[in-house]
Amino acid sequence: MRVAAALAVVVVVAVSCAGDRSAPSSAGGLDGELVVFAAASLTDAFGDIAEAFERHHPEVSVELDFGPSSRLATQIVEGAPADVFAAADDTTMAIAVDAGALRGAPEVFARNRLEIAVPAGNPGGVSGLADFANDDLLIGLCAAPVPCGRLGRAALADAGVTPAIDTQEVDVRSLLTKIEAGELDAGIVYRTDVLAADGAVEGIDLPDGGNSVATYTVAPVADGDAPDAAAAFIDLVLSAEGRRRLEDHGFLAP
Amino acid sequence: MTLRPSARGRPRAAPVVLVGLAVAGIGFLVLPFAGLLQRTPWTGLPGLLGQPTVARALRLSLVTATIAAGASLLLGVPLAWVLARLDFPGRSVLRALVALPMVLPPVVGGAALLFALGRRGLVGQWLYERFGVLLPYSTAGVVVAETFVALPFLVLTVEAALRSTDPRYEEAAATLGADRWTTFRRVTLPLVAPSVVAGAVLAWARALGEFGATVTFAGNLEGRTQTLPLAVALALERDRGAAIALSLVLVVVSLGVLVALRDRWFTLRPR
Repeated sequence: MRVAAALAVVVVVAVSCAGDRSAPSSAGGLDGELVVFAAASLTDAFGDIAEAFERHHPEVSVELDFGPSSRLATQIVEGAPADVFAAADDTTMAIAVDAGALRGAPEVFARNRLEIAVPAGNPGGVSGLADFANDDLLIGLCAAPVPCGRLGRAALADAGVTPAIDTQEVDVRSLLTKIEAGELDAGIVYRTDVLAADGAVEGIDLPDGGNSVATYTVAPVADGDAPDAAAAFIDLVLSAEGRRRLEDHGFLAP
Repeated sequence: MTLRPSARGRPRAAPVVLVGLAVAGIGFLVLPFAGLLQRTPWTGLPGLLGQPTVARALRLSLVTATIAAGASLLLGVPLAWVLARLDFPGRSVLRALVALPMVLPPVVGGAALLFALGRRGLVGQWLYERFGVLLPYSTAGVVVAETFVALPFLVLTVEAALRSTDPRYEEAAATLGADRWTTFRRVTLPLVAPSVVAGAVLAWARALGEFGATVTFAGNLEGRTQTLPLAVALALERDRGAAIALSLVLVVVSLGVLVALRDRWFTLRPR
């Protein structure tokens, strides 16, 4: 009987936790919880912006969920409880737009340059995209559905290089981790990731071209429970303060 | 209540509390699969499953899981015997170490494997420089990751069986002049054979579903390291229908093997 009682308590607690996700914001000040789904490459910049947001609105707690934009878009279309969606490219943002999951048109808030990342010291002697065809090097890319994977492949195609890929990582941060550990000789990531690695990887510029820059957009989610806080968060991202914080992490102005 | 336990002796009504909670437990386990079936794009299924990616991922999964189960048998049965039969200081610590991969998030296990067996790893560095062996990004690396998470299931199953066997059989064999190796082969192993098979099946099933350690240690490349669970995770980001179809394959294959083997081997009937 004691076990049954304990189980009953677990069930009740689980149900009540599921219910109180976000209290509707009271008139005037904002409160409750704001859930932000953001591309993995925004991990550090949005961490800063969320902190600033919580300072401006102490009653709101911001919950950040970082991952590959494509997965986040699919989750939002499936009804995941998000209030704001920030994607690393138009293609994945379009998944959510086309499904009618967003309120209003997405706004561009930053751009990010693709770079070749190599471990510190460049043990593979990589000098450019042409080295990605070298079968003797360990080459990683983001998986094709992920923005950094799509853009990276496009940049390779532009350069006429057929890469000898050894692994396709689920998001840009796991690709970066393998390069940092020296377990890959080269990969294509964002400039912001090279900066975030803080010396553990070196960046090599890509040739200028339409396919080597990612465009970041943000929009409120139509079914979000905290529309006012979502609007305020997006305002902060688009503000001079937000842009400064993004630029601190290596993002380019929109 | 008309439900009666099927044990020998006088039939008694089964306790309502037990049956009620058991029904709740079954519902909890089965409900997600109902959700999967409800979302399955049945009309597009043949097209989705006919893709070469699916066949390659399934084949790779079956091959690597089977080798991982074999490796678990080879290393796990002796390990279980040592834990069950030998008395030495630090045995409880060793047992905890053996169980560790069951408790750790598989991604942590994968990262640990990378730091140990990767090109810059503790042992991997030597393997790479001396023999040119590189486990990450290879099918062998998938087997290593799967064995790492599957081995404890076999060890703990077999160790429990060894502990519950009557030591007098082994003592009798020893009295009759059999050495320890002969005793192990002719007496101990046959006694615990059903548990060895059960442990191997558990290890196989765990290896088949392995995702975190594999993707972290072995990476993800179609035909080389992309097992079915990795293909499912990737498809979820692009095409939900394909992801559900792949999941269904995994469910059907796993269930088929578990049902087939369970009837035959799992039930430990009293002799």
